[in-house]
Amino acid sequence: MSINATLIGQMITFALLVWFTMKYIWPPLFDSLEERKKKIADGLAAAEKGQEAMQLAEKKAKGVLKEAKEQSSEIVNLAQKRANELVEASKETAKKEGERLILVAKAQIEQEKQQAKESLRKEVSALALRAAEQILSAEIDKTKHQDLLSKISNQLG
Amino acid sequence: MATEAHAEGATGYIIHHLTSLTVGEGFWALNLDTLFFSAVLGGLFVWFFKMAADKATAGVPGLVQNFVEMLIEFVDTQVKDSFHGKNKLIAPLALTIFCWVFLWNFMDLFPVDILPLIGSLMGIEYLRVVPSTDLNATFAMSISVFCLIIFYSIKVKGPWGFAKELMFQPFGPWLLPFNLLLKLVEEIAKPISLALRLFGNLYAGELIFILIALLPCYLQPVLSFPWAIFHILIITLQAFIFMVLTIVYLSMAHEDH
Repeated sequence: MSINATLIGQMITFALLVWFTMKYIWPPLFDSLEERKKKIADGLAAAEKGQEAMQLAEKKAKGVLKEAKEQSSEIVNLAQKRANELVEASKETAKKEGERLILVAKAQIEQEKQQAKESLRKEVSALALRAAEQILSAEIDKTKHQDLLSKISNQLG
Repeated sequence: MATEAHAEGATGYIIHHLTSLTVGEGFWALNLDTLFFSAVLGGLFVWFFKMAADKATAGVPGLVQNFVEMLIEFVDTQVKDSFHGKNKLIAPLALTIFCWVFLWNFMDLFPVDILPLIGSLMGIEYLRVVPSTDLNATFAMSISVFCLIIFYSIKVKGPWGFAKELMFQPFGPWLLPFNLLLKLVEEIAKPISLALRLFGNLYAGELIFILIALLPCYLQPVLSFPWAIFHILIITLQAFIFMVLTIVYLSMAHEDH
């Protein structure tokens, strides 16, 4: 029970144990703990970075998609407009062509009418002349009244 | 003591259990059981931790490494909580104290008669297996801590600074003798309280185990089982208290007022 030299022996053992712990036990274990802490922190940071990059990429993709959609709708609009224009234009040309054809036909009709009129007039004048000739043949000497006859024929023609 | 140990009956049984195996006489006597068991337990601690330290990786830790790292983190948290300076000694010191004292105390949980019985079969008459029931063991540790306190006080504050602290605090230079007395008592109380607290708790615990062992055998489990459960708390708590107080005292030694 009393204090004796065991005290000194115990102190030596204690000093040895502390020295050994300080030199060979604490540093490697503590370092490995710190290293793992760092590793985990790095991993978490990397994960966060990755997530951020993913979000950025998603945003970018959305932007590109939106742009593409806009472009495509623009193209569709343009195409529709162009188609409308084409339809309008062809309608216009068709109308014009029709009008032109009508005009041409009208002109032809007019011309034919004129021709018919002319030939009719000529025929009528010829008929009139012949009739007059027959009427007058008895009384009128063809040679004597040549001037008069041609004058009438001219008037009729 | 040796003469008392021959007493018969219950007293003799108790005294027998509380007598150390000694060689030599007077102050130069050595308590072989204390030295042996504390050295073996210290070796166990060092071997186990060295094994973990050799295999330590920053990757996925194994079972042993996990356990050891848990202890390391626990001690490191305690040190960081109360000690703010830089000192490479304190954390390993605290770890050693905690583990070693815990292992000492753990010997208390072995049935009181087993190891002495084995000892007597080997021809050893007396065997005290719990080093922390030996004042020599607890005082050796607390005096070592005390030396470190004095060493760091002088190292950090300088001899004159430490002397000034002893003389002029807490009541100023006009009450110098009183300050000195107060401070000396305060400093000396540190190792004494450290050693006696641990010794007292474990000695009492061991004594109660011995007293339970004297009871009729049908009563023993009923009493020793709850006491052992309670003792698991006590042995851990005492190791923890010794460690924390060491950290606190050393951090006080580092603080300049």
